[in-house]
Amino acid sequence: MPTSLVQNESVLAIEVGTAVTRAVLFDVVEGQYRFVASGKAPSTAEVPFKDIGIGVREAVTALQEITGGKLLGQGGNLILPSQPDGSGVDSVVAVISTGPVLRTVIVGLLSDVSVQSARRLAETTYARVVETLDLSDHRKPDQQLDAIIRSRPDLIILTGGTDGGASRAMLKTLEAIGLACYLMPAEKRPMVLYAGNEHLVGDVHDLLDPHTGLLKVSQNVRPSLDVENLTPASSELASLVVSLRQRQLKGVEELNMWTGGTMLPTSYAQGRMVRFLSRQYESVRGVLSVNIGASAASVAAGFNGEVVLRTYPQFGLGENLSGLLQHTDIESIMRWLPLDIDPNVIREYLYQKSLYPGTLPATSDDHAIAQAIARQALHLAVRAARQDFPNGGRASRDILPPLDLIIAGGGAVSEGLSLGQALLLLLDAIQPVGILPMLVDQNNLLPLLGAAAVRNHFLPVQVVDSGAFIGLGTVVSVVASAAYGETILRVKMTYSDGTDARVDVRFGGLEILPLPSGQSARLSLQPLQKADAGLGPGRSGTVTVTGGAMGVVIDARGRPLKFPSDAVRRRELIKKWQYMVGG
Amino acid sequence: MLAPVLHVLPVTTIVRERVLPVRGTVMVSMNQHVSPTDVVAEASFSREHLLLDVARTFGVPASVADTMIKVQTGDVLKQGAVVAENGGFISRSLKAPRAGRVVVAGGGQVLMAVGDARLELHAGLPGTVVRVIPERGVVIRTVGALIQGTWGNGRVDHGLMTSLIEREDDLLTPDRLDVSLRGSVILGGHVGDVATLRAAAELPVRGLIISSLHFSLLSTAVQMRFPILVLDGFGAMPMNSAAFELLKTHDRNAVTVNAEFPERYSGGRPEVIIPKEVVHEPDEPEDFVPFEVGQKVRMRRSPHAGMIGSITDLPPGLSKLPSGLRAPAAEVKLENGDALLVPLVNLEVVG
Repeated sequence: MPTSLVQNESVLAIEVGTAVTRAVLFDVVEGQYRFVASGKAPSTAEVPFKDIGIGVREAVTALQEITGGKLLGQGGNLILPSQPDGSGVDSVVAVISTGPVLRTVIVGLLSDVSVQSARRLAETTYARVVETLDLSDHRKPDQQLDAIIRSRPDLIILTGGTDGGASRAMLKTLEAIGLACYLMPAEKRPMVLYAGNEHLVGDVHDLLDPHTGLLKVSQNVRPSLDVENLTPASSELASLVVSLRQRQLKGVEELNMWTGGTMLPTSYAQGRMVRFLSRQYESVRGVLSVNIGASAASVAAGFNGEVVLRTYPQFGLGENLSGLLQHTDIESIMRWLPLDIDPNVIREYLYQKSLYPGTLPATSDDHAIAQAIARQALHLAVRAARQDFPNGGRASRDILPPLDLIIAGGGAVSEGLSLGQALLLLLDAIQPVGILPMLVDQNNLLPLLGAAAVRNHFLPVQVVDSGAFIGLGTVVSVVASAAYGETILRVKMTYSDGTDARVDVRFGGLEILPLPSGQSARLSLQPLQKADAGLGPGRSGTVTVTGGAMGVVIDARGRPLKFPSDAVRRRELIKKWQYMVGG
Repeated sequence: MLAPVLHVLPVTTIVRERVLPVRGTVMVSMNQHVSPTDVVAEASFSREHLLLDVARTFGVPASVADTMIKVQTGDVLKQGAVVAENGGFISRSLKAPRAGRVVVAGGGQVLMAVGDARLELHAGLPGTVVRVIPERGVVIRTVGALIQGTWGNGRVDHGLMTSLIEREDDLLTPDRLDVSLRGSVILGGHVGDVATLRAAAELPVRGLIISSLHFSLLSTAVQMRFPILVLDGFGAMPMNSAAFELLKTHDRNAVTVNAEFPERYSGGRPEVIIPKEVVHEPDEPEDFVPFEVGQKVRMRRSPHAGMIGSITDLPPGLSKLPSGLRAPAAEVKLENGDALLVPLVNLEVVG
């Protein structure tokens, strides 16, 4: 590797989550960037600490203990840049997901056009829409005004109007928003993102600038009625969110200063990296990244270099867990459990965990409950996000389109699960279709690489290529309409040494064919009963597959996954699946 | 690793900052003694606004309408006061439909704030004002016993505490709440039914300090007008022994219940304060400390949530837990003699 392809600087990457703060060191090893080590500590945004800097320094201290290097100097100050004695680092990048959910007002003209764009834009970050205004709103202007004030927004997203299009209605709305902001206490005024008719930018500045916490103007999310472009606005929104976190949380300003002002919201950085992967690897069908932790469940899917990013704080496994049952029912969580327990145990768990988001399951039963909840939360997130994915030839939006790759991260996937358990959790929650490799990001590097890409283009490429993610294996998901136990697929896997393995796959089953990481094999698939094993209904064929920790996994449990109605049989089946992936 | 500290202290110095969420008026002065329910600062805000469209009313352009407006920003208007009049041969006027204050006048419109409301900030503890933060609030200092909990319904009150708990795992049931307890702060065990909360409200009591609350009662608890302070959490959890023993020794004492609603990023913890006279003021307690062997700790997660133990060992690095997870952990000996390996994040130091 020519030295010109690295900037030869060490990079400290920091992720501040709700439960955990991580400090990760990337450095140049033999001319290539590598993930060196990761230190972590409990996050300290919440009471009694109320300063993220405490957790950041604890995490960096843990990293120092692992690497033996010195990163913090006197008074806990970061040594930046690196010194001739080898102490310090050359640059810092950071992402943040902790903080209260951002109360957001969305404003547009047409409820099914610009308002939907505003809603999708809000879903790119840690926001909850608390009020919506559009032309179909029949409230009087003063009622709208009071509704905005009462909603105590942190953020207002303004969209509406095609470029050069209608302006009168939009101007009236801007006046109302300006007035509402003016009536709020100066220190509580919301930050505002305008991403509407570009011809009104001057008016926006005149009407809003003096009265908002901070105003950002972006390209129109709807330059014309049939075009939606969220990318520039989501970038501005990411910057606003960091500004909001600086206002809300002690220590964010200092950390952002360490990064030279390049700090990003975690899910936005995840989306950046997925866009990059989608382009870098010329993905035809799409790259999916899921991340589930205490702050949120986030889903980023890259299709031909464009990203669909959705962030769902309501499906996070921390403080918002007490509200999870507003989005699902207890039976939908219970279905993932191999335990015979009272549903109220789950309900108590949700409330108690919301009090202490950073706690960990100490017993196997507690861990089983945590996994069941994580499955359902991630399932809800993917189900919601896939509505906005390109069709990809699927018959219904109730299933995912075929994808080229899935990468999963977040505390629920990366901590305390065997690789087999992680794979099963992902298969259950995501329910992919077709043939694709699955990776697990055990050190939650993906968003950090997305943040690092802002400063250093080589680092993400080289770290990804160095095998920083763990390959779980290749998954073949079979879509079929058959009776349970009926043979739906004949599989023959031919290894590189010429030996082969054969299996007849029955509907409802899970089969695993060993294939170590770094190896590939030829996989012949012969569907029966018009089953679709990723090659089309009833179509046979041979594909090359790559190995991984779990080898090649044939998931013939159906899409969507179906469970026996009898609870005892269901629990036995879950135990059987768990046994199949190694317990 | 740093541990959050749950304060359960027989005597300590307590310093609390009380600030309004918006600018307002501080109602007390330096060195003034305050009781928990005293209003230390207040702010006024308007519940509603009325937009009076003068231009539209008179069918004239905004610039013309502005000449008809007879009020100015800041004017306080009675209901029926003239806001604008066209001054024609047969003069027509636009009157204030409700009493209120003019917020903005111009552009052919008048915006009035109506239905003024007051936001009152209570002291939350008895003590002395040691600092005044202009337009925002105060810092109050006191000395006494301090017992912190996990959840509160956002109310504050004070009164004589009556204990209705004999064992840590007692239930508080409606039949225990008789009329003799009117005006008391009740110390009780687990509350599992809505009838108990309603019985407390009917007396009424001046506060409930309980070990735990059934999750289904959360919304009812928030609606209660008296403070409800939950010491250990949601579900049928016994009271942690540290709080149980300290509170039991203060039966029939005057207590303050500041059942602060958990604002995890900006607020404090709900707490019970029992003022005491002392000769020498003790130091303020630390809110977080490094974990050490010998510390008394409280479990924050099942299956032993709420139980108290002491750290007997802090193994270096990561420990493998019965759940399969690997995390920094402590060997903890519970009061019942059981020894456990507990992740540090599941512990808080009691002290």
